[in-house]
Amino acid sequence: MMGGARAILRKDLLIELRTKESVPAMVLFSVTVYVLFHFGLDRDSLDGELASGVLWVTLLLAAVIGVSRLFAAEREQGGIDGLLLAPVDRTSLFVAKAAALFLFLTAVELVAVPAFAVLLLGPGLGGALPELLVILALANLGVAAVGALVAALAAETRARELIVPLLLLPLLVPLLIACAQATEPLMRQDAGPEELGRWLGLLSLYDVVFVLLSVAVFDFLLED
Amino acid sequence: MYSKGLVPLAAAAVVTITTALALVFFYAPNDADQGFVQKIFYIHVPMAIVALCGFVAGGVFAIRHLRSGDRSWDMRSYVAIHLSIILGLAVLITGAIWAKASWGHWWLWDEPVLVSFLVVFLLYCVYYPLRFSIEDPDRQARYSSVFAITAGAFVPLNFIAVRLAEKYTHPRVLSQTGGSMPGEMRLTFLVALLGVALLFVTLWKLELTAKHASMQLKRLRNRARVAA
Repeated sequence: MMGGARAILRKDLLIELRTKESVPAMVLFSVTVYVLFHFGLDRDSLDGELASGVLWVTLLLAAVIGVSRLFAAEREQGGIDGLLLAPVDRTSLFVAKAAALFLFLTAVELVAVPAFAVLLLGPGLGGALPELLVILALANLGVAAVGALVAALAAETRARELIVPLLLLPLLVPLLIACAQATEPLMRQDAGPEELGRWLGLLSLYDVVFVLLSVAVFDFLLED
Repeated sequence: MYSKGLVPLAAAAVVTITTALALVFFYAPNDADQGFVQKIFYIHVPMAIVALCGFVAGGVFAIRHLRSGDRSWDMRSYVAIHLSIILGLAVLITGAIWAKASWGHWWLWDEPVLVSFLVVFLLYCVYYPLRFSIEDPDRQARYSSVFAITAGAFVPLNFIAVRLAEKYTHPRVLSQTGGSMPGEMRLTFLVALLGVALLFVTLWKLELTAKHASMQLKRLRNRARVAA
């Protein structure tokens, strides 16, 4: 199973490296949204709740772009038939797509989070970096699982571009709650983790539920 | 096939809802704090409970569909979710009216049950564009079932998350009065809950019967056209 997943993941990463489609677009989108928030809120620097809210809403909106492009190569070039004909089970396809999305999100955050710190964040991020990395990793896992499922659900519909954001964003509300609440104390002037365990617990619960659920139902998508 | 027992069920729903309304207006006492307005509770909360149960039932039917491959389970799931969305809209409207009357605002973000319900409602609204943008009937049924299962699992998770995000604990009427509801209120509430549940099942069966009949009609018409 893992061999098939690795091959599909390698193919997706290779396509992304050659075409440079999703990740640069997501980064560009994130920075644009920071600019929008700067003017929309009319604030030069943010801290606390506002900072973590702006960061997470931006990252999740950028994730929408990645999710809606996740099956783009398969769809536009007809590669989906090849994938479905190959003797690879759907679970490895799910694992590969979720892993690709996880890596894309990580790559985006490598640029978008420092950009946020430079452009909008008032207090420095230095002291709270380990906690933030844990939150980002758990969040990426959740978004990757839900995102791969939503991308597969929307792949066969006519109104694909419409379905992905409408379906993905409500599903991400619990994740946004956990991430924004966990990050908020880290971005205050008197930084320090606070009730971090509770939110990491919620985030882990979300990840476990959606990873298991996606693996369970993915077999029924992209059949025939 | 689906119409079995529909008439007695409909009659039971009518009798129970009439009884519930009579109890609400003539039997249950006025709430000490909120007065007459609190009586919207007897329609708002049962509708919310029945709608959530309908969403979960839609997920359970969807599991049976994916297990058996029998598309009639998908139809059951679709009708359950469809009716729950309609009830959900009524829940949001009655909730807003209640909030306006007792707290002075149409919408309160610190009422976790209502906020969770809004998120769930927004998610389930996507069921329609998803379902009806897939043409192949088998694929439509399968994808709708996957959605129904995912969303069904999302419902409890979302309630936990929104409840945890609650900073200011608002007086929650359901749990407050649920624990120490006077006997008259509790009886009225239970009768109203039963009434709404019976109404839901009646409408569900009715809609399934209608869908089944129209599908049969279409099949017969096709056969007639082929014969002619």
